[in-house]
Amino acid sequence: MFPEQLNVPLGKWVNQFVDWLVINYGAAFEAFADSLLTVLVALEQVLRGAPWWVVLIAIAAITWHASKNWKLVVGLVVAMFAIGMLGLWDKAMQTLALMIVATSLSVLIGIPVGIAMAMSNRLRAIMLPILDTMQTMPSFVYLIPALMLFGLGKVPAILATVIYAAPPVMRLTDLGIRLVDQEVLEASRSFGASRKQILFGVQLPLALPNIMAGINQTTMMSISMVVIASMIGARGLGEQVLMGIQRLDVGAGMEAGIAIVLLAVVFDRIGQAYGKRSQRNPHAEDA
Amino acid sequence: MSYIEIRNIFKIFGPDPKLALELARDGSDKDEILAATGHTVGLHDVSLSVEKGETFVVMGLSGSGKSTLIRHLNRLIDPTAGSISFGGEDILAMDIPTLNAFRRKRLGMVFQRFGLLPHRNVLDNVAYGLEIQGTARKEREAAASKWIERVGLAGYETKFPDQLSGGMQQRVGLARALATDPEVLLMDEAFSALDPLIRSDMQDELMKLQGELHKTIVFITHDLDEALKIGDRIAILKDGKLVQVGRPEEIVLNPADDYVQAFTRDVNRARVLRARSIMQAPANQKIIDQEHPVVSDDTRLEDILPIILATGKDISVIDERENLVGIITKEQIVQSLSL
Repeated sequence: MFPEQLNVPLGKWVNQFVDWLVINYGAAFEAFADSLLTVLVALEQVLRGAPWWVVLIAIAAITWHASKNWKLVVGLVVAMFAIGMLGLWDKAMQTLALMIVATSLSVLIGIPVGIAMAMSNRLRAIMLPILDTMQTMPSFVYLIPALMLFGLGKVPAILATVIYAAPPVMRLTDLGIRLVDQEVLEASRSFGASRKQILFGVQLPLALPNIMAGINQTTMMSISMVVIASMIGARGLGEQVLMGIQRLDVGAGMEAGIAIVLLAVVFDRIGQAYGKRSQRNPHAEDA
Repeated sequence: MSYIEIRNIFKIFGPDPKLALELARDGSDKDEILAATGHTVGLHDVSLSVEKGETFVVMGLSGSGKSTLIRHLNRLIDPTAGSISFGGEDILAMDIPTLNAFRRKRLGMVFQRFGLLPHRNVLDNVAYGLEIQGTARKEREAAASKWIERVGLAGYETKFPDQLSGGMQQRVGLARALATDPEVLLMDEAFSALDPLIRSDMQDELMKLQGELHKTIVFITHDLDEALKIGDRIAILKDGKLVQVGRPEEIVLNPADDYVQAFTRDVNRARVLRARSIMQAPANQKIIDQEHPVVSDDTRLEDILPIILATGKDISVIDERENLVGIITKEQIVQSLSL
């Protein structure tokens, strides 16, 4: 047996810290949660309020913009249609809203962090183990304090999703910038470009294919968090899976599972199409 | 004082350059310093002067420090010790905004692997320097178009770098460097990545442009033939140290040491040597003999050979004021070619 007197009461300290946060900053967290919730609820109302065929047209338009490939457009519209046929349209729209907000938040936080990591080796050395932790830590561990700070519902679900899904876009932004051809950077510096001009004129455009791959991965990971998020009160397809498990209703669980996969396929294909487009030169489109 | 003054530059790569700098100043060479401290000496006490309007070539093999040296001129690399000035202005004292303004207005650089922006078309690549300066779109595109035409790429404005051959890409690189109308053109092995025929074309193109523009050009190469062809003066670097500086003929006729001599052995002398360096003093006749062919003292030996072969007579050499300055006989030609 490991000597008990060497035990570190880490758990107790964390509890004390969370209590202290709740007591002193509870109001601030609530204000933050409210603003996030406002955005989410508005988006959810739009998606659920819009007629189903409007959403299908929107998906078709986005797919066409990304890929210019009508076969893909038809395929993705059929996939969305199938979700409707499973009777899960409304829940899918709830999941979609949750996912869009979580992915946007991940990208908004992830790209600047990734840029900072590419600029500073020290920050990168600090961030890499943190990102590993974010991706491997069981999500329930941080769901508990998130629940204490934000209460049950959608906001902790979004935060849990962001913690889990933001690392890929950070990693790939960092990688993409580090892979930019050194001679092109030198050329840019030799013409007297400022750091800002180099970042926005050279580094980010050339890193774009990698950044797009990161955004795609982040999107996929946020879909996979949907089921878990339903356990703390987020509505949507995950809720349906959870209900299937609780009632031992294999069929309902399967239906919801298929709907999640279809939604994932739709977003993966759109994301990949945008990624491919950023890889080739704009001239390829004219040809 | 020359236009560009490089004084006692040392560049040492490693975590603690000061320590290695002491050793270098005390006379240790590159290998000794690497063995003793683990530091690499890039440049060892290099001093050079470049005159306004000349094409100055720095020649050396890989590891000689030539690419490091040219990057000191626009401070892509800062020296460990020494001073660099342009027209009396100390560039090492510049802060970042001043340095950027200096790079924007006064320098252009051409790179070995071109360094073009792959996501921009030819027009936007050539206009890049002006865009950085903040020139309005219309103006910079007009200037870029002019330079694209000047380097022979008219009609390719909307192509992307990966659609062009190496030679064409480097023309874009050259146009981009010239578009800001800089005083100084830095060319880092600019033609080394090109096929021999294209390389020769580009050298001719550069010399033609230089004949019209009179920029100050600092050109880096590992190819002595290239250095002799385009350089007004040549500096030879070895292991970060300057071995010799001189006009092409001086390098070929009076190599400073065995290292330079080894390079010059295979050089086409007929292309390098000029009338003035092979002629002998005229035998006290001040009037040009009408019987003999006349060449200027700047004529290359390769152009004198056919004349002397065709006429069989000695050749009179005149300077730019048309005074007789020397005579070239067959014997002197044989002697100068067989050295």
